[in-house]
Amino acid sequence: MDGILLARLQFAFTIGFHFLFPPITIGLAWLLVLIEYLGWRRNDESYARLGRFFGKILGLTFAVGVATGIVMEFQFGTNWAEYSKFVGDIFGAPLAAEGIFAFFLESGFLGLYLFGRERVSRRTHWIAILMVAIGATLSAFWIIVANSWQQTPAGFAIRNGRAELVDFWEAVFNPSTVVRYVHTVDAALVAGAFFMAGISAHLLLKGDELAKKSLKISLVFGLVVSLLELMPSGHEHARQVARTQPEKFAAIEGLYTSRDSAPLLLFAYPTEKPPTLHAPVEIPGLLSWMAFGDVNAPIKGLNEFPYDEIPPLWLTFVSFHNMVILGIYFILVTAYGAYLLYRKKLFNRPRFLKLLVWSIPLPLAACQLGWIAAEVGRQPWIVYHLLKTTDAVSITVSTGELLFSLILFLIVYALLGSLYVYLLVKKVRHGVEPLPGREVAA
Amino acid sequence: MDLNTLWFGLVGILLIGYAILDGFDFGVGILHLFAREEQQRRLYINAIAPVWDGNEVWLLTGGGALFAAFPAVYATVFSGFYIAMMLLLLALIFRAVAMEFRGKVDSPRWRRAWDWAFGLGSLLPALLLGVAFGNILQGVPLDRGAVWAGSFLGLLRPYPLLIGLLGLTVFTMHGALYLTMKTEGSLRQRLVRIASRLWTVVIALTILATVATFLAAPFHFAGMSESIGFWALLALTILALMAIPAYLTASRYGRAFLASCVTIAGMMGLSVLTLYPRLVPSSIDLEYSLTIYNASSSPTTLVTMLVIALIGMPLVLGYTIVIYRVFKGKVVLTPDSY
Repeated sequence: MDGILLARLQFAFTIGFHFLFPPITIGLAWLLVLIEYLGWRRNDESYARLGRFFGKILGLTFAVGVATGIVMEFQFGTNWAEYSKFVGDIFGAPLAAEGIFAFFLESGFLGLYLFGRERVSRRTHWIAILMVAIGATLSAFWIIVANSWQQTPAGFAIRNGRAELVDFWEAVFNPSTVVRYVHTVDAALVAGAFFMAGISAHLLLKGDELAKKSLKISLVFGLVVSLLELMPSGHEHARQVARTQPEKFAAIEGLYTSRDSAPLLLFAYPTEKPPTLHAPVEIPGLLSWMAFGDVNAPIKGLNEFPYDEIPPLWLTFVSFHNMVILGIYFILVTAYGAYLLYRKKLFNRPRFLKLLVWSIPLPLAACQLGWIAAEVGRQPWIVYHLLKTTDAVSITVSTGELLFSLILFLIVYALLGSLYVYLLVKKVRHGVEPLPGREVAA
Repeated sequence: MDLNTLWFGLVGILLIGYAILDGFDFGVGILHLFAREEQQRRLYINAIAPVWDGNEVWLLTGGGALFAAFPAVYATVFSGFYIAMMLLLLALIFRAVAMEFRGKVDSPRWRRAWDWAFGLGSLLPALLLGVAFGNILQGVPLDRGAVWAGSFLGLLRPYPLLIGLLGLTVFTMHGALYLTMKTEGSLRQRLVRIASRLWTVVIALTILATVATFLAAPFHFAGMSESIGFWALLALTILALMAIPAYLTASRYGRAFLASCVTIAGMMGLSVLTLYPRLVPSSIDLEYSLTIYNASSSPTTLVTMLVIALIGMPLVLGYTIVIYRVFKGKVVLTPDSY
């Protein structure tokens, strides 16, 4: 077995699994900020009950996210030691900043939010969930900073055989940070909205009228963030990639030869050797127009780059296009839901409510696909045009050790994943409880 | 004091902060293995439930700071200690989810399984962190150019194992002392007895470890006899260690726990002080050691990180104290508890 392949598989698997949980946490935390606010200001018990219900689910999700997140913090050192030595001068700072500015805030106040309900005022309790949401969102910022620097490195100089920091702000706000951050956080909000909407739809189908409130909020919220995810966020991100990482752009869009008026591909099936697209369905000139505002703008195809410096074609193309399809699906579903809500028909459309339940995992799938397009699209580089992935692994870790740890993670994460789903389903089946101390009255 | 020395101190403070805070979580987890009934186990878990997560962030931040300030150490040590690191991560994963999962299914077998996960997920890190620290103190096989030349089994030498055992005992005592503040009645009396017995073991192991350090890594003590800081810290550590049983006898549980915090800070502080300016001594040739100079980031990064720490850490300390105050006093089991 190839050691580099094993290290890559382990990283892809551990980050992919971890990345299922933070989007739910971020999205759910912001929706809870809304729900707890309504409960506090309107002194409405039903929002307080919903807050407690979804708060427990937030706690469960957060626990698995934390458990799998610790692995990420250390894996750069354990598995990618050569990378760590090369980028440590730049890459370590955002990770430390994440701890100091974000993760302390999130974890500290989550404890207060989950366990302090009876110990603090309602105002303080609301501030606690607000701090959790801010902490989670800031956390995403520093992680995206670190990853964006790998995509579009800036603010550094190569000295002493490594990348050394020259300008902190230039490194932090490198050409892709802001667009990628907005795109990722908004994706998390979509995930949170579908998560809450799907669970609420299920509760409503089981006859709990209370869930109407959370369904309304999450559906309207979901429509807004799904629209923003495509326009302007997704569009701007694609334009950024076209300018800063033309190989990746050509791979995800399926542009294998340079064109003056590049078409937008709606469908195709790519194969690798030689790069070929089968059964393409395209709109002439649209890609040029979307990327550069001119139907005749020339766009570089993959033929312009050395063959050993272009990313894998099938995976990037397929993951990117399926992400876009899902993004459009999210807009259609939430828009139709909002229309039903406006016509006061939403709550007696069981088939639509069922669709919402089954749509819960789809935004998470879209997050995974987007992340695959971004990360695989950067290959063969671990730091774009600076360091190749094959030169970045730990040379002292043996293939046997890697195989051992990979199998370990596969087993443990399979267990964690199934337990998470089992406990989530159990909690949802149990339904929204009455407020503690009110059992007698209820 | 130069920037590298300052960062050496700051990383040290982060790791000491981690040991003090997550240390009592580990101790509580270990004692949980020996708890006799369900009510007691729930009290133990809920004594740390609201705060353990924030405590663990000290490790993440310490790791991040090490990566940022001394990337060569982060890369060399973590990849060198590969299998040990994987076991540590595995244990931390199980500890984190065990607390959350345990109370979610009403079945004794389910709870028992997660009790073991929680207990062993606390015991293993408490032991491994000490063994890792012991390995660093004794020196690890670093070849010319700080190239790792060791193996996993090579880490299980007598001296690091002794330090691991000392760490395990100290953390367990620390956890027992924390619980004396959180419990009352006969349970508290039992915890006081446990803490006192563990204290005796800690004393014995500390003496043993001090002698062993002279034998295994005498280079640490070069120049220490003239260092005022060394003697002052040593006196403080001994004083704090002696204060623990005195406060326990006087039923001053908060003070006893505080003395235990100072003891941990003192023990680790002394080790860090004697390590300086090396970060990872080489057991092949001290000349090949990773030091605060050959392993560090550029001055620009060290200054940037210093600004981040100076802005961020006072805020962190501020709200951490507020949160601890909210949960001050005895554990009360509410419907929100685990």
